[in-house]
Amino acid sequence: MSLFFTITALITMASAIAAMTLRNLVHCVLCLTVTFAGIALVFLQLGAEFIGFSQILVYIGAVSILMLFALLMTRGGTELTLKRWDPVHWITGTLIGIAGFGVMSFAIFNSSLRQSKIPEAKADSLHALGNSLLSQYVLPLEVMALLLTVALIGAALIALPEKKVFRRNASFSKNQESGNK
Amino acid sequence: MWFEELLITIKYYLVLQMPGSLQPVGSAFLSSLPIMTSFGGLFALATLLERKMLGRIQNRYGPNRVGPGGLLQPVADGIKMLTKEDIVPKNADHLIHFLAPLGLLVSAMLGLSVIPFGHRLIALDIETGILFFFAMGAASELAIFMAGWGSRNKYALLGALRAIAQMISYEIPLILSALSVLMVVGSLSLSDVAQAQSGGIHTWHIFTPWGFLGCILFLISTLAEINRSPFDIPEAESELIAGHMTEYSGFKYALFFMAEGVAMFAMCALTATLFLGGYHAPLPILSFIPGPVWLFGKLTSLVLLFIWIRGTMPRLRADQLMEFAWKFMLPMSVVNLIAAGVWVALDGGVAAWILSGLLNCVAYFGWSRILSQASRFNPRTYRYAEEAGVSK
Repeated sequence: MSLFFTITALITMASAIAAMTLRNLVHCVLCLTVTFAGIALVFLQLGAEFIGFSQILVYIGAVSILMLFALLMTRGGTELTLKRWDPVHWITGTLIGIAGFGVMSFAIFNSSLRQSKIPEAKADSLHALGNSLLSQYVLPLEVMALLLTVALIGAALIALPEKKVFRRNASFSKNQESGNK
Repeated sequence: MWFEELLITIKYYLVLQMPGSLQPVGSAFLSSLPIMTSFGGLFALATLLERKMLGRIQNRYGPNRVGPGGLLQPVADGIKMLTKEDIVPKNADHLIHFLAPLGLLVSAMLGLSVIPFGHRLIALDIETGILFFFAMGAASELAIFMAGWGSRNKYALLGALRAIAQMISYEIPLILSALSVLMVVGSLSLSDVAQAQSGGIHTWHIFTPWGFLGCILFLISTLAEINRSPFDIPEAESELIAGHMTEYSGFKYALFFMAEGVAMFAMCALTATLFLGGYHAPLPILSFIPGPVWLFGKLTSLVLLFIWIRGTMPRLRADQLMEFAWKFMLPMSVVNLIAAGVWVALDGGVAAWILSGLLNCVAYFGWSRILSQASRFNPRTYRYAEEAGVSK
């Protein structure tokens, strides 16, 4: 375990703990971003450049922004701070955490990858990654692409103006004009 | 070639003078020092150039009092910015308010590290260079949010949300149009991209059907990504005071401007590398002139183009801007990607030229005709909140 890895791991763990314990939700998300960056650094140390930079691009550039937007737009800027101690949250959170950890560790300990030896990082890993994505794993890739397209169309559908709202606003602005006169 | 070799030799000589344990750090320092200093200086000159050129366009002189022809104006501005009082709002989130300009500047500077400035003259020659560049660009969105939210100001938050929405929307055509080049070159490394255009002006990617459309889409997305006119709605002084920079003053405000300027240079350098031949000369005969000269020449012409656009184009409205991104830029960049795919499948040549050119032309003219017929120029509709604005 190198010094660099120790520092990265400490920062990642500390920010993850801060993301769980801080009271202000925006602070929590920003700390979570530091955790994402730490995970990206771990990928980079393992020689997985593509995955590391994708992690930064997707998680810091998109997912954290998405969380912040969701926070600001749904909570109306008022409920951004949590209560000090909420036993229901703590108990359910602990249960979900244990369940998630259990599923993940079960999957990892039973996976066939664990028996096989870890191969050396190839010099041309990017080409190998691209080739296997478009040959061996082309079906999962296409399914993911379809899923994302469906999500995009769904988002556009939700954002379409509703006819009812428009009519009411039109009459509203008319009333306002006559009221001003 | 000789100039790059000279610089690299000097660097190795200096690194070898250091004690062994310091050599990796010293090497990284010597690689980043020229980038940090030259782009800092270039930014100062670019502010002067911008004011001078805007003055020309608006039929006035521009700054001409400090130094010969106003040449020392950036120095005066810098001293003014440094000595100004640094005001932080009482209710602001002090740490986030402090970190935001730093994060923006660092992410802009890091983007420059993967740009090849000459043959082998690249600070960080990694296999996934362009991915690194876009990852750093994505990190700057978070810094803008931190600036807007940390100031505890409605205008700042509104400006930040607008800026982020705009940057995320234009990031998709930006990356897709860059992807067309990467598909044809077959590498994510920017030095490979530059090397693929080494044969002179006819091998530059802008002189192919997919490269031409891709370059235009890339430049438009670049303007939106760095919040420059005509996409400068996030910091429009007349509507949102100064957007996410409202509560910043003194040197932090200057840092924001510097980050914006450096991001502009980085994007222009990337455009030059992807489409305009990078550090290569237009004619092989001219290749005795060093690569950095060519790259900085191309970069400066693109910056001049941006200033020209700023001086002549009116600002877009926020909803028009979004509509343009999703209804025009995104479909066109996807079509351009297909055209690049046709080019790759046919391996260049006349047939590929005709097919991909035809595809792009049909898509451009057809889609813009459909869009212009579909757009109805109704008066703008407003959606009020339920209670607000009811006159009693």
